[in-house]
Amino acid sequence: MDFKLSEEHKAVQQAAREFAKTRLLEGVIERDSKMIHPSEQVAEMGALGFMGIMTSEKYGGSGMDALSYVLALEEISKIDASAAVIMSAHNSLALWAIEAYGSDTQKETYLTPLAQGKNIGCFCLSEPEAGSDASMQRTTAEDKGDFYLLNGVKNWITNGGKADYQLVIAQTDPDKKHRGINAFIVEKNWEGVTVGPKEDKLGIRSSDTHSINYTDVKVPKQNRIGADGFGFKLAMQILEGGRIGIAAQALGIAAGAYELSANYSTIRSSFGKPIADHQAIAFKLAEMAMDIEAARMLVYRAAYLKDSGEPYGYASAMAKLKASDVAMKHTVEAVQIHGGNGYVKEYHVERLMRDAKITQIYEGTSEIHKIIIARNIRRGELALPI
Amino acid sequence: MKILVCISHVPDTTSKINFVENDTQFDTQGVQYIINPNDEFGLTRAMWFKEKSGASVDVISVGTAETEATLRKALAIGADNAIRVNATARDAQQVAKEIDAVMQENSYDLVIAGRESIDYNGGMVPGMIAALTGMNYLNNCIGLEIEGNQATAIREMDGGKETITSPLPLVIGAQKGLVEESDLRIPNMRGIMMARKKPLTVVEPTQEGQQVQTVSFEKPAPKGAVKLVDPENIDELISLLHNEAKVI
Amino acid sequence: MSVLVYAESENGQLKKIALELASFGKAIADQLNTNLVAVTINCDNNDLLGTYGVNEVLATSYQGDFNAQQYAAILSEAAKSKEAQTIAVSSSADSRFLAPLVAVALDAGYVTNVVGAPISSNPFQVKRSVFTNKAFSVSEITTQAKMVGLSKNAFGVHENPTTATITNFSPAGVTSDMKVTTLDKATDTVTIADAEIVVSGGRGLKGPENWHLIEDLANTLGAATACSKPVSDMGWRPHSEHVGQTGKPVASNLYIAIGVSGAIQHLAGINSSKVKVVINNDPEAPFFKAADYGVVGDAFEVVPKMIEKLKSFQAENA
Repeated sequence: MDFKLSEEHKAVQQAAREFAKTRLLEGVIERDSKMIHPSEQVAEMGALGFMGIMTSEKYGGSGMDALSYVLALEEISKIDASAAVIMSAHNSLALWAIEAYGSDTQKETYLTPLAQGKNIGCFCLSEPEAGSDASMQRTTAEDKGDFYLLNGVKNWITNGGKADYQLVIAQTDPDKKHRGINAFIVEKNWEGVTVGPKEDKLGIRSSDTHSINYTDVKVPKQNRIGADGFGFKLAMQILEGGRIGIAAQALGIAAGAYELSANYSTIRSSFGKPIADHQAIAFKLAEMAMDIEAARMLVYRAAYLKDSGEPYGYASAMAKLKASDVAMKHTVEAVQIHGGNGYVKEYHVERLMRDAKITQIYEGTSEIHKIIIARNIRRGELALPI
Repeated sequence: MKILVCISHVPDTTSKINFVENDTQFDTQGVQYIINPNDEFGLTRAMWFKEKSGASVDVISVGTAETEATLRKALAIGADNAIRVNATARDAQQVAKEIDAVMQENSYDLVIAGRESIDYNGGMVPGMIAALTGMNYLNNCIGLEIEGNQATAIREMDGGKETITSPLPLVIGAQKGLVEESDLRIPNMRGIMMARKKPLTVVEPTQEGQQVQTVSFEKPAPKGAVKLVDPENIDELISLLHNEAKVI
Repeated sequence: MSVLVYAESENGQLKKIALELASFGKAIADQLNTNLVAVTINCDNNDLLGTYGVNEVLATSYQGDFNAQQYAAILSEAAKSKEAQTIAVSSSADSRFLAPLVAVALDAGYVTNVVGAPISSNPFQVKRSVFTNKAFSVSEITTQAKMVGLSKNAFGVHENPTTATITNFSPAGVTSDMKVTTLDKATDTVTIADAEIVVSGGRGLKGPENWHLIEDLANTLGAATACSKPVSDMGWRPHSEHVGQTGKPVASNLYIAIGVSGAIQHLAGINSSKVKVVINNDPEAPFFKAADYGVVGDAFEVVPKMIEKLKSFQAENA
């Protein structure tokens, strides 16, 4: 068993840390409060290879593994969780699906500019009345022979306003239930695609979340991904990988809050000594450090399993559930450690606390992840220590 | 044009400085190492020459195997080859002589080394390389252009600057201003992947002597608490500076 | 066996650091029980060196702009002709430029940033600052020829009156194909390197338009102006004013920081300053831990008041 990162992994981690500190930190408070999209920074993330980090070099990506992806997301999330979710939704939802199951033409047309960071992608699954339950799609894609006719509404779409290419899940044959669902690549500029207003959110406020309306959108046949009826399975697989990204984001949020708190508690004094020397604070920091390390092990291991080609669904579920709970719990503690300073924007921890909440909700709520883990237990898959 | 950039592997600028082994060794525990900032300004300018005029850029460091991560970073940023002289850096003249020995085998038109490293702050290596190789030399370099065989460089002096012309080959002591902090490059993912495949040659040391050795380290005495003066009572501040501190 | 110092001058007059270096050289010469020789270049007041303990001045005339190769050759020749085995230089930009060339020419072990007279002369051990002023080390020079670079303000100027013999010194020069084409030297303002007092501004000043506060205070005190890294990064002030780990070191007698939070890199750069004053409205600013005197208050109110009070103080003490 080897817990050491390779030189390359360390280099990725250091590059992401440097990027976050030198490019994301400045202005992060203002972007959050005014909901300003970090477009310039995202373009730079493209140039650095973060926007196609796992995509193969053949399609303009960086060809790195899931662990590199996780390390980069963790560092970016410490400073700017909004930039992290932009990167995560783009990479693990949109790009991954096209690379794994797209046709050669789809890869050339869409994957290459996406992986180079020239275009942004998004994944349109959630609907006003179907969040985590992906089998209940009300958006329809009627087979018209030469094309599909797409109608419906998608909600809470990360990158919704900026994405040039959308990966849309829709019901083609309601009689077949989830076996009648398909996935399509839809271009933002097509007739009938309308992006709704930007959502005003609690956290990750500078990321770009919208609803998207589809009214009689003609989707060419060749834009369907995989065989007819593959959409539901694809969506499930996308979420399985996507969870690793969100788990890494949650881990980064927690670790960022911890680093700020550990530093603050040595600078801030009360009753004649640094607050880090008061047991009340020292114990909080100890628990933070331990919980974050535990979450980190789960997240890195899920990435490792994915990189090794082993099943990782339960591992990514555990990683996401644990890391998001740790992020929520300890960002609250971080605000507490900072006292009055923690409650104002200048000290960053209140933002991290608001950002943490979404990690328990999106790409499968905490409750859904418990269901997934429980199902794995029932199937006997978690019977042995692995 | 062939450029050699000398890289020192130093503790990150935010590192806490502590000593161990009876205050004879620097405590490396938990210390993150980086490319010496002054070297990085030089490396970034070298990358500019590479992109503009197709210069080749080699990087060199005198150090043990740990310094390889720092050299790999320089390769990830875009250097073509890395050379590590497999020796612990003992003093400036030893380092300069090792680099001179490597330069006997490979000739360079431009050698860039940081004005000083941020750990031992000697500020001698670039000048010593120049003296050993007989190359022209300029320190505190805040601007450098090269046309054919002629370099035009700006040197920062106390209270001003001067423009100096020199034929190549030339050694410069680099510092901030040669490029700006915002020009510094973060290695991109492809660069990191490529760095793995680029040559990193380890050469054995040629120098044995030592001219200067560190006997021990010490940390500055802890200073007393700050004396706070009421903003409504600036007279008191002036009186303290005059009568107590005796600085005005 | 003499001790040799390079006493720098400007416009024919010895600089203050030259007098400090002579005082330092005298201390070493006393330890080694030998005489002290100073080399000057284009200096008109060589006699003054006698006041600080110099026994002999090798006065050199030199035509043209400063050239490190040629100056280094003069120093090396002087050291050889006097069989000097201990050579001391200052930490000015020029001395730091030429000294490594001299060290190689004499095969001398060279230590910079020395903060006081040698701890012992045999073995030859000096205390120097390392890690950008975050620590000191005791370094031992084991070569026969030894070179030391003295940090500014580290030894002080001390009189040891004697009569200096002035000898004209005309060593065989070396040729150099490096040429100075333009020289841009501020003549009226005090430089950070030479200043006794430095007034420094940080992000707390909110914008370059408010720099008159820093400049007015500096003018009142005859001080140099400096700034923190974010300020130079944002282009409010030129890089030449940036003080800190990657900027300029400051070793003034008094350092006044206004609206500077005191990042560890900044504090490292000013650690050698003797007395530090901080004015900042954030009592949590790390600078308060590093400062000797502090005012928690709004710079926009405190600084004008300070200028006014200083002026009346100066009028009273004139």
